[in-house]
Amino acid sequence: MSYETTLSHDEHHAEHPTGLKRWVFTTNHKEIGTLYLIFSLIAFMLGGAMAMVIRAELFIPGLQLVNPEFFNQMTTMHALVMIFGAVMPAFVGLANWMVPLMIGAPDMALPRMNNWSFWILPFAFFLLLMTLFLPSGGPASGWTLYPPLSLQGGTNIAFVIFAIHLMGISSIMGAINIIVTILNMRAPGMTLLRMPLFVWTWLITGFLLIAVMPVLAGAVTMLLTDRFFGTSFFNAAGGGDPVMYQHIFWFFGHPEVYIMILPAFGIISEILPTFSRKPLFGYTSMVYATASIAFLSFIVWAHHMFTVGMPLGGNLFFMYATMVIAVPTGVKVFNWISTMWRGSMSFETPMLFALGFIVLFTIGGFSGLMLAIVPADFQYHDTYFVVAHFHYVLVTGSVFAIMAGVYYWLPKWTGYMYNEKLGKIHFWWSAISVNVLFFPQHYLGLAGMPRRIPDYAVQFAEFNMISSIGGFAFGLAQLLFIYIIWQAARGGERATDQVWDGARGLEWTVPSPAPLHTFDTPPKVDDSVTVHSDTLA
Amino acid sequence: MAEHYYVPHTAKWPIVGSIGLFVMMLGAGSWLNQAAIGPWFTLAGSVIVLVMIFGWFAQVIGESEQGLYNRAVDGSFRQGMIWFIFSEVMFFAAFFGALFYARMFAVPWLGGEGAGAMTNELLFPEFDAAWPTAGPAQLGGDFQIIPAFELPLLNTLILLTSGLTITLAHWALKKAKRGALVGWMAATVALGSIFLYFQASEYVHAYQDLGLTLGSGIYGSTFFMLTGFHGLHVTLGTIMLIVITLRCMAGHFSKKNHFGFEAVAWYWHFVDVVWLGLFVFVYVI
Repeated sequence: MSYETTLSHDEHHAEHPTGLKRWVFTTNHKEIGTLYLIFSLIAFMLGGAMAMVIRAELFIPGLQLVNPEFFNQMTTMHALVMIFGAVMPAFVGLANWMVPLMIGAPDMALPRMNNWSFWILPFAFFLLLMTLFLPSGGPASGWTLYPPLSLQGGTNIAFVIFAIHLMGISSIMGAINIIVTILNMRAPGMTLLRMPLFVWTWLITGFLLIAVMPVLAGAVTMLLTDRFFGTSFFNAAGGGDPVMYQHIFWFFGHPEVYIMILPAFGIISEILPTFSRKPLFGYTSMVYATASIAFLSFIVWAHHMFTVGMPLGGNLFFMYATMVIAVPTGVKVFNWISTMWRGSMSFETPMLFALGFIVLFTIGGFSGLMLAIVPADFQYHDTYFVVAHFHYVLVTGSVFAIMAGVYYWLPKWTGYMYNEKLGKIHFWWSAISVNVLFFPQHYLGLAGMPRRIPDYAVQFAEFNMISSIGGFAFGLAQLLFIYIIWQAARGGERATDQVWDGARGLEWTVPSPAPLHTFDTPPKVDDSVTVHSDTLA
Repeated sequence: MAEHYYVPHTAKWPIVGSIGLFVMMLGAGSWLNQAAIGPWFTLAGSVIVLVMIFGWFAQVIGESEQGLYNRAVDGSFRQGMIWFIFSEVMFFAAFFGALFYARMFAVPWLGGEGAGAMTNELLFPEFDAAWPTAGPAQLGGDFQIIPAFELPLLNTLILLTSGLTITLAHWALKKAKRGALVGWMAATVALGSIFLYFQASEYVHAYQDLGLTLGSGIYGSTFFMLTGFHGLHVTLGTIMLIVITLRCMAGHFSKKNHFGFEAVAWYWHFVDVVWLGLFVFVYVI
């Protein structure tokens, strides 16, 4: 694989601003990827700090640290910040960095728009977080903003809705850019079925984003007009229906859940073959499974609202449709396990996080299956069981996969190996504490503790205290994560171009650290660089 | 044609756009909460966004005229536009979804059908489900609706005709007949403007004579939000058509290379199709 380091094109490299201007005006996919990832890390810490407030208040029964209004603002903001600020931008950042490298493209397809999709985000989050300092405080209705509660919260709602509009604009532009890059910018020979799985999962995720972010925009616009312009979308007195909001919201919300997990599947599917030194088992079936999960995500939304009083037929349809998702997800989990089967496995930090993902995400998947069962959900609905479920899929699922990806590609980004020993400590500390944090919440939920409350009955005291201790420990572990990244950015053992001896794919053919401009001239791609293909298996 | 995929080395407009959007949203939020500064911030933000749009497009047009874009860049623009239109379709889908849900479920249930038996019995025993409705509380008072086969039908014909004239303009462009091209474009702009004029007068009529307002319960909500967002898109489309007409007059487009024209034509067909949906589901049925 020849890699051209000489600067061939007049326009590309004329001048490059330095300092702040470099980051504000950049059109480079690697710099924008870095911006996204740093933004995501800051949001992760901020959302984490809010989670610490929540766990501190719940440490013992009774009200001690914050008042209930502020507690509710914390649960709402924690979710909004983590979803729209931490997880989604992290995946977009990884896509920015890796997709052009993986498909042999010179940059993203629409580089200026790429800059814009990032630079909307800090402003959107300023608008959102600013509401905490308004006289009425921030939104306290839960991130789902169900009316009529969300419309009774004072001055913040308009700003929150506009912030969501801005985040939506950013996500849609980011998704369009990624899809167009994948479909239009692949190097010769990089056929669709030779693409790395991370690229595939992002192609499908991009489609989901473009399909559902506008629906969220529509839903919150209706909230806005109901609140300020006298419409009756969600007002029964005017012929509307508050439950209609839930339908429109979750038509967005369920695909949104998969927006936050499909790229994670992609990352895991990159890492496992590398550290098992074997091609991914069942590449094509992985692609079809991802597409099936995406399709199903559009027809299961009402499983979030089994208890609102839908007709029985509706509940049954959404229950069975939801259970069907277990089939393609099962395909994925078994393919991952088969990839490792008889592989020459080694257990560096990315692999540890990937293995943690498989075990713990599957636990979240199973509790999801339990929640899909209508009569059982009548018991679990709005309890800590739900909280435990979606934190298993989001924290030990999405966040673990993001961390796995960061450890996996960090040497490519910085040119230095991270500290493996600290990485392993970070993994084990996180993996143990996260289970101490979330596993007891299953029991709390089954015993009937409702979610989104600042105080609880004394019989829930022990599990809450255990959960809080796990929470503090998990929060502390992430400071170590920041230290490891900072250290690897500053120096250390030089990384080779291939970094991992089992790694295959175009991104490992460029130098470490990857220079600002790669693949100005498209590389030629055949099966020798993409062993993830079934044909070589 | 350029050999390499054109990647600009810096982009100055996006940050201007972000600041503009932020000031605009901050202003709009303050305005809705009765802060005196709100309208001014909204205005200032809108001006910044307009400057950004103008500057950004001017830069892209300039680069295109210099021949910096190759076939691959053109492909990215095309695919980007298609996905953008798809996102717009999904935005309208949310409001069509609200209309269908209200008519199929919410209103009949309030009238006591199916799952709504007790709601009707306990809360709204006097309410009989019908469409159009302002709901059990008759929010906004009595109203009459706009008959479909008068002005709306005319507007349908106008928009369909404009879809034809823009296609004729495209054919003229492909035959390099600039006179015909500009003529058909002007006709399209005129038809779009007439549509908007009729739509505006329909709104005035609804508010002044029919008692139909945004506050007329679920009917008023869905009617005005669907037709209103569509009208906004027609306005935007008309402005885009005017810009493209000016660019046609300036000779920016060649027989083979005229994606700016095509993008606007696609957009125009999109607002046309949305209108057909509106005409059938909002006015006729």
